[in-house]
Amino acid sequence: MSGAQAGTGISPADPYRIGHYAGFRQGTAVHAARELASKRVIVGYGFWIFLLSDIVMFSTFFASFGVLSGQTAGGPSGKDLFNLTNVAIETACLLFSSFTCGIASIGARTHDNLMYYGGMAVTFVFGASFLYFEMHEFVGLILQGAGPERSAFLSAFFTVVGCHGLHVTLGLMWLLTMVAQVFSKGYRPDILRRVLCFSLFWHTLDIIWVALFTIVYLMGAGQ
Amino acid sequence: MIQADQAERLHETDISPGDDRPDRSEIAHGLIGYAVGLALAVLLSIVSFFVARTSLVWQPSIPIALFVLAVAQIGVHLVFFVHITTGPDNTNNVMALAFGVLIVFLVIAGSLWIMSELNANMALPMNELMRMQP
Repeated sequence: MSGAQAGTGISPADPYRIGHYAGFRQGTAVHAARELASKRVIVGYGFWIFLLSDIVMFSTFFASFGVLSGQTAGGPSGKDLFNLTNVAIETACLLFSSFTCGIASIGARTHDNLMYYGGMAVTFVFGASFLYFEMHEFVGLILQGAGPERSAFLSAFFTVVGCHGLHVTLGLMWLLTMVAQVFSKGYRPDILRRVLCFSLFWHTLDIIWVALFTIVYLMGAGQ
Repeated sequence: MIQADQAERLHETDISPGDDRPDRSEIAHGLIGYAVGLALAVLLSIVSFFVARTSLVWQPSIPIALFVLAVAQIGVHLVFFVHITTGPDNTNNVMALAFGVLIVFLVIAGSLWIMSELNANMALPMNELMRMQP
């Protein structure tokens, strides 16, 4: 693309050849090659910015939970409601799904079908089990009259935990999409970059869950 | 057909460092990295759940211990799963992470601080309340 522009000369309206990229061909190729990161690094950086903005959004939910965690309006508190065995199972599901997602991303980079499809399948099963246990807990709370409308504490609880569950649901849909894309288009570089973004997303969900089970469940059950 | 073949071969060589397919030792290295991360994360989680329910330690220290364990586990996840490193191609990621942590700290600590101050100012001393009675 820049080769077509290189011989045309400098027009007076564009003395610095902005956007023509001619400098790349005129002796600064080494400099430019050092400056340009690979597309994989750039895509990863952009998606990392998105993930950090997602974490900042979660921090506002954590802040409201921290402020409202004592406001039970005479209703049940975390100590009465939380079943830590259930939370431990959910934690194990997400931790192992993070590991299998890592295996799947190695499989994607090595074009290894068994590691990629197997890793993605196990990740999906663990993610879906996590959602099952979370739904089970939510339904149990609502049936015993401790739904989000009961108190400010429960509103904040359902907001922060439900928002994480929503992210896991979207992540599972994205997982299926990535499996279908690799299946139909193969391990193309652009598809592999999407797999990289998906794995970053999935690992970040696990990071948020670490903060969540510590602040909401473990500290809440101890109060 | 020949053109497609040539394009394929060009494509195969036209890749940046880090985008190339890793060899066997790199695969083993990657697997070991994820396994170490999983082991550390499981260990820290188990300790967290144990500390939350134990009566062996001084109770007021438990929230602080849980906080430290959570920060350690998040560090393990960042290093072994997200692959945040100190390498030169990771400088931007680290700087973005530092900025994100700053914002998260300001939002959470600021909210808790302001709301607890407001709560404290809402509660009037008892004699003030008595004086306000008609």
